[in-house]
Amino acid sequence: MNHGTALLWKRRALSSLSATRRGLPKEKMSENGVSPRAKVLTIDNMNPTVKKVEYAVRGPIVQRALELERELSEGMKKPFVEVIKANIGDAHAMGQQPITFFRQVLALCSYPELLNDSSFPEDAKSRARRILQSCGGNSMGSYSASQGIESVRQDVARYIERRDGGVPCDPDNIFLTTGASDGIVTMLKLLVCGEGETRTGVMISIPQYPLYSAALAELAAVQVNYYLNEEKCWSMDLSELQRSLDEARRHCNPRALCVINPGNPTGQVQSRQCIEDVIRFAAKERLFLMADEVYQDNVYAEGCQFHSFKKVLFDMGPEYSDIVELVSFHSTSKCYMGECGFRGGYMEIINLDEEVRAQLTKLVSVRLCPPVPGQALMDLVVNPPQIGEPSYDKFIKERTATLSVLAEKAKLTEQVLNTVNGISCNPVQGAMYSFPRISIPEKAIKEATDKGQQADMFYCMKLLEETGICLVPGSGFGQRDGTYHFRMTILPSTDKLKILLNKVKEFHQKFTEQYS
Amino acid sequence: MKKLDSTVLARRANQIKEELRQKLRKPYKRVIDLYWGDPHAAGVKPLSFVRQVLAACLYPDLVNSNTLPVDVRQRAQKLLGECAGGSVGSYTATAGIPEIVHRISEFITKRDGGAPSDPKNIYISPGSQWALRNILKVLVNSQASPRTGVLTPGPCYPLTNFTIEGLGGVTVPYCLSEEQGWELQVEELHRALDSAKGVCNPVALYVINPGNPAGYVQSRKTMQEVIRFASEKRLFLLADEVYQECVHGEKSEFLSYKRVLSEMGPPLSDTVELASFHSASKGFMGECGLRGGYVELVNLDPDVMKCIYKLFSTDSCAPVLSQIALDLMTSPPQPGDPSYPLYSEEIQHIKTMMVHNVKRVFEVLNSLPGFSCQPVEGGAFAFPRLHLPPKAIQKAKEMEMETDLFYCMRLLEETGVLVQPGMENGPKEGTLHIRFCIMTPEDTMEEILSRLSSFHTQFMKDFS
Repeated sequence: MNHGTALLWKRRALSSLSATRRGLPKEKMSENGVSPRAKVLTIDNMNPTVKKVEYAVRGPIVQRALELERELSEGMKKPFVEVIKANIGDAHAMGQQPITFFRQVLALCSYPELLNDSSFPEDAKSRARRILQSCGGNSMGSYSASQGIESVRQDVARYIERRDGGVPCDPDNIFLTTGASDGIVTMLKLLVCGEGETRTGVMISIPQYPLYSAALAELAAVQVNYYLNEEKCWSMDLSELQRSLDEARRHCNPRALCVINPGNPTGQVQSRQCIEDVIRFAAKERLFLMADEVYQDNVYAEGCQFHSFKKVLFDMGPEYSDIVELVSFHSTSKCYMGECGFRGGYMEIINLDEEVRAQLTKLVSVRLCPPVPGQALMDLVVNPPQIGEPSYDKFIKERTATLSVLAEKAKLTEQVLNTVNGISCNPVQGAMYSFPRISIPEKAIKEATDKGQQADMFYCMKLLEETGICLVPGSGFGQRDGTYHFRMTILPSTDKLKILLNKVKEFHQKFTEQYS
Repeated sequence: MKKLDSTVLARRANQIKEELRQKLRKPYKRVIDLYWGDPHAAGVKPLSFVRQVLAACLYPDLVNSNTLPVDVRQRAQKLLGECAGGSVGSYTATAGIPEIVHRISEFITKRDGGAPSDPKNIYISPGSQWALRNILKVLVNSQASPRTGVLTPGPCYPLTNFTIEGLGGVTVPYCLSEEQGWELQVEELHRALDSAKGVCNPVALYVINPGNPAGYVQSRKTMQEVIRFASEKRLFLLADEVYQECVHGEKSEFLSYKRVLSEMGPPLSDTVELASFHSASKGFMGECGLRGGYVELVNLDPDVMKCIYKLFSTDSCAPVLSQIALDLMTSPPQPGDPSYPLYSEEIQHIKTMMVHNVKRVFEVLNSLPGFSCQPVEGGAFAFPRLHLPPKAIQKAKEMEMETDLFYCMRLLEETGVLVQPGMENGPKEGTLHIRFCIMTPEDTMEEILSRLSSFHTQFMKDFS
């Protein structure tokens, strides 16, 4: 290094250091007549696609909610005594209890000395031993294979076969992931290529879970919106799919179609017929199907049933099952487990080109491996206690209780919201959310626009400041122009949910009056 | 993407494991996998305190029973109180549970002799490489022309290079001087940067300290030169410090880049943009499978920080158990705590094991003709150099294999020891190395060295 330069830095460093020591205000470099040094990494030279990433579920309204919580805890007076966070699909945070058996096995895996403890049931112990044997050094602290622990993938395959009435599943087509989100982003990365008019377009439902839009923005892929039909309970509309596709083909190369079933934020559970239609559409238009099925156990409405895309595909016979490329996603975060904090998930790939599959294997290897506790948990989810096993009764009781409470809350939410003038709520058929439509008076829309805010963000912020209830504005998920919605979870305890729904009702009435 | 040779070796290793399970006769009873820096897989035991706290957090009934020591139960209770809904199954704030992040910042301040650390600049992630990838995503513009460049060491941790390339960036290698104990020489940084002219637009400088695969620990003087270079050439500094607990050399001391930067005072301390990475995967905990790491960001533009927040938020958050593991790593049992005696005994055991292993590896490998090994001052690996006879190189060519891969395949077949060919790490052309994990129980290390010695001696004879 140039000795002269080294001395110059030292001199500068010393001079500002001594200035500080003398207690004089630090003027940085201005005393040398040099303007403050520009940053190396700035908004202007950073990766432009990252700038476009937005994720409403953890966006500004949530940050304000956290601030309010802090203020409350510091004793500041507010028109409410607590912040109710109904913004994120986090069941345990809202008081849902974990499944005892799962936690017992995981505790045994974590500290195997507990295998000598008689307070743990035998079936939990034998599960733990089996999991530990599949881990390097018999420890959850070892790396696993990048695709996931082989015995877990085998168990996942067997679960899928049972769930889908015997349709075969190859464990080699199973990839364990760090939550379903990790799998979704990985697949999107594989799919996106081309430039300009040949740039990959990915069809996503509007409204959608904003992970998809964020990932597409970051990958500089083209987001191709297809609207769900609010009048028909948020169902998918073939003619709308066609319209969206045809329009997209004019400026990009649409290659993939993403479906969330049961839906987020809408809660719709697709009918079997609808799924068949979508598969036919994908086959005809040569689209890669991405089926996000993380809410597969969360089905409440009568007459609704979860049909996996894989099963329907194979029921349609080889004409489709041999050619349609499909990836299905599942997770430990939702359903009756609600174990978001474990970041457990898997994806099953069907009919993926061999060379692409090799690329996928390389791509996942860069992540090293998914968290082993999440893999162990997934193993238990796909392999729960069986009839006759010591933990079976308790397991069934806990699972049934959790799912039935969710079903009650889904119904309650729909009922109460529909009594509000200006709020209309489709039945919450499944998943964990309600996405009601709200009418916002012109005056309020104007005030929002003046503030540079979306009208529903303006509405939700006011709701938060006045009631402490944190919801996510519909603009974070996408909605038809001129319509407004919010997404709320149905996860708070029944008591809190009732309070929340009544406060929302009161607020809406007040808001409507205030801006009439 | 470059072909990963681990597939060839890993596949063969799995086949051999299967053959052994089926009782096929081999000159060895088990495969010893030293490919990754994975202490538990090699037989090192997890720390009891860590696993006890995790167990109690997973199954809170244990908090109230007498099975576990009282400080374990208290710690678990405190941690559960910091989790939403009192459960490790909840999501957390994007950057991590605030109280844990705060304690990590206190750990950093204490580690760095008082240099302040702001919790707002820390993000916990599923492994340090995950955080590194997010920071690289911000730095590397895949659509840029010329492409974004990142200076990385030769030899380097291969996954970082893959990540950079996968994001559409270009790696610009700067060579470490093997003969000088893998020293980073600033002239080499200049040469590397010059070589990038007209090829790519270098935006960042990635350093690994303590090193991987080469086991160096950088001196303060080197680090100051690196910092000055980064400042002068306007490069973002990425400091991968996951092996900071793995310092074995008696004369070596780990200093963080943050500390050295801070102690260089303004203007450098106020201006050099730095990301430092740490992990629960290495060191005494060795909890690779939990996937826990963090990044501390220093002197970044506030608007860029907002974008970084959004990027991390799309990942939701790091696994809660990993966050807890990091907390236990940075706030371990203290003297007076009931768990302290066992904890310090286990730590000491690992320290003794490493001192032994490092010494034996150095002795044994340097006693073998055809091997030369720099002292392993730090890190989790030995990275000895192979000086193989021309006949071996010829044979490898005939088999259409890289020479070091050829050596590793033979070693695996004949001894059951799985090591990584040095070419994965991209050292200098024309040199051959192997990398193997040395965080193993002492008797395992003796067995490894014994198998390796006999194999190598025979190999050299066969190809003389």
